[in-house]
Amino acid sequence: MSKAFVYGDDIDTDALAPGQYMSGGIEQIAAHCLETVDPDFASQVKPGDVLIAGKNFGMGSSREQAAQALKHLGLAGVVARSYAGIFYRNAINLGLPVLVGGAELDRVKPGDAVELDMANSRLITEAGPIELEPLPDFLLAMLADGGLVPHLEKRFARQRANDGEKQ
Amino acid sequence: MPPMTLAEKIIAKAAGRASVAPGEVVTTKVDLAMIHDSGGPRRVEPILKRLGVGLFDRDKVVLISDHYVPGDTEEGAAILALTREWAKEKKVAFYDGEGICHVVLPERGHLKPGMLVVGGDSHSPTGGAFGAYMFGVGATEMAGVLATGEIWLRVPETIRIEWTGKLGAHLMAKDMVLAMCGRLGMDGGRYQAIEYAGETVRALSMQERMTLSNMAAELGAQAGLIAPDKTTIDWLAEHGATDLPDPADWQGDPDAPVAETHFFNADELAPQVAAPHSPANAAPVTDYEPTRIDVAYIGACTGAKYVDLKAAAEIIRGRRLAPGVELLVAPSSKRDQERAARDGIMKVLEDAGAKVLPNACGICAGYGSARLGEDVTCISTTARNFRGRMGAKSSKVYLGSPYTVAASAIAGRIADPREIGAGA
Ligand code: SF4
Repeated sequence: MSKAFVYGDDIDTDALAPGQYMSGGIEQIAAHCLETVDPDFASQVKPGDVLIAGKNFGMGSSREQAAQALKHLGLAGVVARSYAGIFYRNAINLGLPVLVGGAELDRVKPGDAVELDMANSRLITEAGPIELEPLPDFLLAMLADGGLVPHLEKRFARQRANDGEKQ
Repeated sequence: MPPMTLAEKIIAKAAGRASVAPGEVVTTKVDLAMIHDSGGPRRVEPILKRLGVGLFDRDKVVLISDHYVPGDTEEGAAILALTREWAKEKKVAFYDGEGICHVVLPERGHLKPGMLVVGGDSHSPTGGAFGAYMFGVGATEMAGVLATGEIWLRVPETIRIEWTGKLGAHLMAKDMVLAMCGRLGMDGGRYQAIEYAGETVRALSMQERMTLSNMAAELGAQAGLIAPDKTTIDWLAEHGATDLPDPADWQGDPDAPVAETHFFNADELAPQVAAPHSPANAAPVTDYEPTRIDVAYIGACTGAKYVDLKAAAEIIRGRRLAPGVELLVAPSSKRDQERAARDGIMKVLEDAGAKVLPNACGICAGYGSARLGEDVTCISTTARNFRGRMGAKSSKVYLGSPYTVAASAIAGRIADPREIGAGA
């Protein structure tokens, strides 16, 4: 199973995409992602791991790189008590799953084995699944396609193929 | 049906649903999309090309050039040329050099209560003054809207801000919204929907209401709504809007749950000034009074509409600028400037020594040649005073109402307009 990285409330976009690395590419930003909160995060996180956080995750600026950095590191997604609105929009549009959970999340400890079950909106833990707020199907489809632009690309390509068949 | 707030009613209609509740994620139809020269054609066209599609409905797209007007740099001129070319090719409504998008859009009758509108600019909440759910998105999302005519939304909670009392002499909506920034902070809106209400708000003119909704952006809200009434409908009819709804259809239900209610009292309000480098640093003008200023700026979608020009002229009439102070005036729209000229307002400002700039964003976001130089201290009617936004990193910007900015231009220091008083 993958691992849980657990942090608190009000993780901001400066922590996620530090200002001094913003002029660099996404690799550089991702390498410093969350270093002010947990210096080991970027080097230890593996594809499929899950970030668990408290309230108001992603507060601060509208910079898209905050979500992009987490996606770049291969996170399966973020599960938080709540999100800052602009971060939430950016994350979904860039293809990073962001889910909302309740007080039960408190029982997940750093390093616990967990798995994000997107199809059933659950976080699977060794002590049993934690139910998360389900995302509607169209957002799940957008996330599966990798975000808004690739999702639309597919949708229009499908439309064109259908139109072609009809002719 | 459960009771709903105004925001929920608009979103439910756009989503084709009987009702929606906060936290739900829905796909909505977009009634109107507004883009400008900076975030518009040059940024969205490459994505539309990649998708291989055109506009969802050219009658529902409005393009306004304002950020790079008048195009006095090589880069700006090229962006404007591209913008004009795109407008011609796509046959969309295009206002070129007519003024700042948030002011021109309603002025030309495009907004109506109950609409769901997406704007490619962060001050898009301005449209909320007309009872429209209008919010801003980045260029990628805008390209999606232009391609599909749809957008997804997480239904916001409503934060109600209720004002009682009467604004005193030389106080304006700008003082109200700065006071809200000072108390609630730039995160007070939590990206939810603010609804401004109460007798003080009802008594405001339409352009004054626009100032409140405009700076819902500084309060961190997604939208800043004011329920429509006779003032709204009359103003819109006068500005060419047709098929206007009955305002009674677009009111929140009195028993609809809201997340928070904040109360403010206009009777106790003093003119507000926000110190560098955040609108949240707002305090009574007297706190900042001895500060000397070099530049007074009356501009932006926030602070250079007809009502704002009129307020400034009321103070400045028959007076001269303090020695060494430069007063720059960039009227929000051509129409507002023409009306102000007809009423003698522009002459009052010019006679005092004001320099009139194009009807565009100008130095509000640091565009053009009038940018603030090193170590300049400015008092401005704009919405934001982040470090370096209006020019050099070392420049300092204080925010105030047009009354306060005009009074400061006369005094050469930050001054209380109640003390300086009306001009001759
Ligand atoms: S005037 Fe300023 S705040 Fe208004 S749209 Fe232009 S840059 Fe933005």
